[in-house]
Amino acid sequence: MSIHHHLDAATLMRYASGDLDTAFTVVVASHLAMCDACRESVRVAEAMGGQCLDDAPAPMLSDGAFARLSHAIDAGVTRDTPVVPRAREIGSQHASDVPLPLRPFVGDTFDDVSWRMIVPGVHRHRIELADTQSSLYMLKIGEGRKMPEHGHGGPEMTLVMRGSYSDTLGHYGAGDVADLDEHVEHQPIVNSSEPCICLVATEEPTQFKGIVSRLMQPFVGI
Amino acid sequence: MLKVLRVEKPMGDRERGSDQQMMQSLIKAIAESGDRDAFEALFARFGPRIKGMMISSGATDDMAEDLVQDVMMTIWRKAALYSPERGNVSTWIFTIARNARIDRLRRQPTQPYVDVDTITLECDAPTAETQVIGSQSDARVREAVELLPDEQKAVIELAFLRFKPQSTIAKELNVPIGTVKSRMRLAYQKLKEHLEELR
Repeated sequence: MSIHHHLDAATLMRYASGDLDTAFTVVVASHLAMCDACRESVRVAEAMGGQCLDDAPAPMLSDGAFARLSHAIDAGVTRDTPVVPRAREIGSQHASDVPLPLRPFVGDTFDDVSWRMIVPGVHRHRIELADTQSSLYMLKIGEGRKMPEHGHGGPEMTLVMRGSYSDTLGHYGAGDVADLDEHVEHQPIVNSSEPCICLVATEEPTQFKGIVSRLMQPFVGI
Repeated sequence: MLKVLRVEKPMGDRERGSDQQMMQSLIKAIAESGDRDAFEALFARFGPRIKGMMISSGATDDMAEDLVQDVMMTIWRKAALYSPERGNVSTWIFTIARNARIDRLRRQPTQPYVDVDTITLECDAPTAETQVIGSQSDARVREAVELLPDEQKAVIELAFLRFKPQSTIAKELNVPIGTVKSRMRLAYQKLKEHLEELR
């Protein structure tokens, strides 16, 4: 898979330190599932954490801390066995094109998702999450359709999982991620022959421009 | 009460390299034969530091001790999944500690992180090149971090040792969030470039 749009380094660092909320963590993890280069980059960011652990203060542990652990092990613990790497050609996608980190939320195929039409040619599926202020949803947008031009009240992250779209920022195909801050305005147009399926996390409600768009916003609800 | 358990002397790079090899051989002994002595040695080294990290991030003493138990138990269970070429032992243990902390604080589990690890293990076949990086990166990471300007070091410590959210880091340092982000990016770029010089 050839991926041209990657995660911002600041996002990699927040993922590595566990600072992203659940909605954004799912989008980042889904991109990582598709992107060899960003998985490598995350390992670099996590090395910062290894360094901090080495240099962490080392207060004494309570008496018997190791004995407690040892007893728990004696009581029976299942241990993992080594994982045999799969052939490289199979790639990161496993059998399904739903990224592994997304499957617990939507299942193994996009076909079984309960899509709801929000305007003709545009379907949405909202993913409910515990403890997050952000929204996570999937969009399925038909060929030639465009999303209303919009800016963001807050950060937004969009991962293309199938098909492709273009906007002022470039062409986005499967595996590409648009990791945007609040200042960007854009209007994606789907240019693949199949519908474009995206995973989107937003920190605040998306702001659409124009009267029609504004009227549509409560209805679209994204 | 917070008596520091550090018995080791400050290490030079060569000693640190062999220290890293020793940590890797401990993990290997745990993975291959369930070596309880090796596990205790690893516990003596990392247990107090995991506790220190959790207390730095705001955990109570009891919660920090519980997290040490969680993290060490995960190390015992997953030792066979550790692979040196993907990062040093401290980095691997850091990711386990990060995940344990998130699992304790949030209702949504860290499954996305676990899934990414699974893909890494299945798909990112180690190469001779990554093995070289794995065995040498410990000293290189330290060098790179020590070369960072203080303002970037401060951001790294707040994010990775104290687990402060970006917005809190901005408040504590009295700078805009954009500044925190750009310091993060710069620190990341420096480390990446420093590690890539090995290739």
